[in-house]
Amino acid sequence: MPSLSHFFETFFGKSNVFIDAMLLTLELTVVSIVVGIIIGLFFALLKVSNIKILGYISDVYIYLVRGTPLIVQIFILYFGISSIFLLPDFWAASLALALHNGAYIAEIFRGTIQSIEKGQLEAGRSLGMSPALTLRRIILPQAFRRALPPLGNQFIIGLKDSSLAAFISMDELFNVATTLGSNNFDEMTYLLIVAVYYLILVAILTIIVNLIEKKLSISDR
Amino acid sequence: MEKRVMLRIRNLNKSFGDLHVLKDIDMKVLESDVVCLIGSSGSGKSTLLRCLNFLEKRDSGQILIEGEEVNPETQNINKVREKVGMVFQHFHLFPHMTVIDNIIEAPVHVKKVPKKQALAEAKELLRKVGLEDKADVYPSKLSGGQKQRVAIARAMAMKPDVLLFDEPTSALDPELVGEVLSTMKELAEDGMTMVVVTHEMSFAREVSDWIVFMQEGRVIESGPPEEFFTNPKETRTKEFLQTTVF
Repeated sequence: MPSLSHFFETFFGKSNVFIDAMLLTLELTVVSIVVGIIIGLFFALLKVSNIKILGYISDVYIYLVRGTPLIVQIFILYFGISSIFLLPDFWAASLALALHNGAYIAEIFRGTIQSIEKGQLEAGRSLGMSPALTLRRIILPQAFRRALPPLGNQFIIGLKDSSLAAFISMDELFNVATTLGSNNFDEMTYLLIVAVYYLILVAILTIIVNLIEKKLSISDR
Repeated sequence: MEKRVMLRIRNLNKSFGDLHVLKDIDMKVLESDVVCLIGSSGSGKSTLLRCLNFLEKRDSGQILIEGEEVNPETQNINKVREKVGMVFQHFHLFPHMTVIDNIIEAPVHVKKVPKKQALAEAKELLRKVGLEDKADVYPSKLSGGQKQRVAIARAMAMKPDVLLFDEPTSALDPELVGEVLSTMKELAEDGMTMVVVTHEMSFAREVSDWIVFMQEGRVIESGPPEEFFTNPKETRTKEFLQTTVF
């Protein structure tokens, strides 16, 4: 184990490199979560649409993503898609992460949409609101609120999963830590440093999700 | 003066699978009348009400609103629903919106009423149901009786021609029933056309213009309340009234 003084020396000495890497990790995470939410919502709506074929399409997507390791998906996008048309590394990684997150987020949204009482739909419809308007104004706002706790969980998983982008040589946190570690024959110090960075990011993410949850739960108070 | 026929039902049939819940229902509701549908649980009265708002699909028969046949397969059902309001047993207020936002939601987003005007009308409705001080409160803060009065105001905000009530007091604590019934009574006095599924016999007797008694999916007997309650013709009506608490 590195001594405490050595750890802090390296932590602050290399902070420039790590902060750059952290920004890349953040970019990967934010893009993959935002795109993942859009993908997830889309497939959740297919699933609750009452049109069987659309439901099956959603099932197949979720099965494919949940049934294969994320690293395989990243490699398929990186090596496979990039051989057909040029996909920058960042977007290959982001897209793979987004598709991956999307499947889990789809399941979260499907569950919370279905958990909204049927009476809410009927109340909206009885007031002359169209199905689309009822969905947008009545069902989804409530479903999104209920989805926040599991979504927060998925965001944290997404953040940590972004470390797999290291394997297609993106200079995000994990890659920088292992590279610097082996170059300096000091793996443990760098791994501990990167762990601290992840812990800080997860703490920030948790606080943000809690704040949103608090703001949206105003109607329960 | 002869009253207009607001709602007319002809030969309405409805089944859930093998269960034939509505059998050849014929009925009419006159303008500004209060019609109470009574009968024991499972007699089909709630299903009939839901058919009138097309929340349930009828299997056969006709529904005419103000003399015009309504067919959800060929017509824009949302337009029809703007004319026929519904108040539910379990209120179904929108929990993520304040009371006033619940009321203006449909006028603003369906009828495209300017928000300022909708707010003014909503405040007037809240005053009418005695809840003007609750405008900015969320539904979770209201009692059952207050929720139901908001739900009535919400349905009224669309200025429907007919208001349907599906057991509006059945989910309420006994001490809260009165406030909802008196709100409904005021609506009736204002000339609102209402169809009410209810177990509140004294309300039915006092407020309604017409009683429809249903059993096993059929209309057994109907008539003006005085005659219905004091001099029922059918044996089954007599039996029902004997077992019912007033």
